[in-house]
Amino acid sequence: MPVTESLNLVAILPELVLAVGAMALLMLGVATREERGDLILWLAVGVLVVAGIFIACGEGTETLFGGSFIVDPYARMLKLLCLVGAAVSLIMSVPYWRAFGGMRFEYPILLLFAATGMLMMISAYDLIALYVGLELQSLALYVVAAFKRDSARSSEAGLKYFVLGALSSGMLLYGASLVYGFTGSTEFAQIASAVQPSGANLGLIFGLVFLMAGFAFKISAVPFHMWTPDVYEGAPTPVTAFFAAAPKIAAMALTVRVLISAFPALTTEWQQIVVFLAIASMGLGSFAAIGQRNIKRLMAYSSIGHMGYALVGLASGTVAGVQGVIIYLAIYLVMTLGMFACVLAMRRDGKMVENIDQLSGLSRTSPRMALVLAILLFSLAGIPPLAGFFAKFYVFLAAIESGLYALAVVGVLLSVVGAFYYLRIVKIMYFDDPAEPFEEMPASLAIIAGVSGALTLFYVVYPAPLVEAAGVAAKALF
Amino acid sequence: MTVGLSHYLTVAAILFTIGIFGIFLNRKNVIVILMSIELMMLAVNLNLVAFSSFHNDLVGQVFALIVLTVAAAEAAIGLAIVVVYFRNRGTIDVAEIDSLKG
Repeated sequence: MPVTESLNLVAILPELVLAVGAMALLMLGVATREERGDLILWLAVGVLVVAGIFIACGEGTETLFGGSFIVDPYARMLKLLCLVGAAVSLIMSVPYWRAFGGMRFEYPILLLFAATGMLMMISAYDLIALYVGLELQSLALYVVAAFKRDSARSSEAGLKYFVLGALSSGMLLYGASLVYGFTGSTEFAQIASAVQPSGANLGLIFGLVFLMAGFAFKISAVPFHMWTPDVYEGAPTPVTAFFAAAPKIAAMALTVRVLISAFPALTTEWQQIVVFLAIASMGLGSFAAIGQRNIKRLMAYSSIGHMGYALVGLASGTVAGVQGVIIYLAIYLVMTLGMFACVLAMRRDGKMVENIDQLSGLSRTSPRMALVLAILLFSLAGIPPLAGFFAKFYVFLAAIESGLYALAVVGVLLSVVGAFYYLRIVKIMYFDDPAEPFEEMPASLAIIAGVSGALTLFYVVYPAPLVEAAGVAAKALF
Repeated sequence: MTVGLSHYLTVAAILFTIGIFGIFLNRKNVIVILMSIELMMLAVNLNLVAFSSFHNDLVGQVFALIVLTVAAAEAAIGLAIVVVYFRNRGTIDVAEIDSLKG
């Protein structure tokens, strides 16, 4: 059979658009030698939008490349979330680079390559495809973390991210090699049929544990979270916004896909690991953030905690649980992007300020920004009727339905602890003496923060589209 | 004594462990960390090739080739980041990579 007959390129059009677009923009950037790279950045946003449209137009389930690549409703939903995260954080970066310099045209191109890698990860249905997608994403991210090459902090963030990222890739690969060895295949479908619940041998369990250690690194679940606060603090703020949004979602999507479709027979085994990761992440995310003064570090601990809550949904291992994870990720994405739009607007005398004490009295100096921040913080804390409450509600409900009562109770208790540090920021903004006002918020950031605040606030009015889409996506996995 | 699959797996496991310990015990030089990462990748390749021969299945060798390629790209990017870091700080001593803390 000629190769062309077995290739259905329509299904991988989004990935092709991103990869070809990124390479074309690279040539364009070299040819025009544009210093500020604004044109390239907006073209990159255009490429992301086109890829998003292609994803939204697809339907049904298709496997390609001899079963190593799958395009199903689950993949489409999470790819769209990743692309939204990438595009919005790219738009948010414009005022930052304009004010502080350091932008080169490679920045949007690296983000495009990272987005290509994320899409490949989400669609991977084979350990080799998984590894290639993951590395394409990671290699681009190491470089953007160190993007401010004359800043010691940024290059240190890049170095730390690289060392720990490479370590996690090594563990993941070691796990993949063991899984291949003890099942005889790298394809998820064949791994699933080769694994018998009773006959799971020690080598395979070892492989699964190493694989999960690698995934835990990528989603920054405790105890593999050490890189997160340092990288978030050291990287340039728009890069941090991107890190908090898109790669987290892609890595979580990958984790869910591997555990649900390749190891359904070992559910009781991986459930224990996921429960442990979830409790440890929620706990550390709640307690370690209390002492933080730097808002970017605080967001790092917050994201560790939120990944813990998302893992609660995965721990249940049911359709409802996966649906909860997807809803959680979507709401987390909206809240995080809004938070970082506000963080990027914390500028005073032409400098970024990152200390949360600088927010004092914000309600009097810029009441609208304070209001949006307050909505987002209440939502991150999970207070009804904001979106963040429903995100937690779905995952805890799924956990209770599958009998994980202890996990749900611990999760709820820890979310109360976590509420403390979010609400402390609200207290600083509304009840402390005003500091000097910030510079005026750039229009693009104001719009992003406003839309995010509105979505968070009014999610309760019309939750059906997200819940239904997540339900369809989750069913595709089982 | 014939050399079987388990011998290869043992060597790979030892190499992998040495790689991990190299990353965590090393307090002197970032280059040593890069070497340790390379060692981990080699252990993985040894595993893959041994399993490939054991199963009489080519996929493992294809995987090993892809790992080799990606590891080369990874090393290149790692070295580039180390160079950038050295320009800023004038040292690549692991014990001094501590300006981000909290």
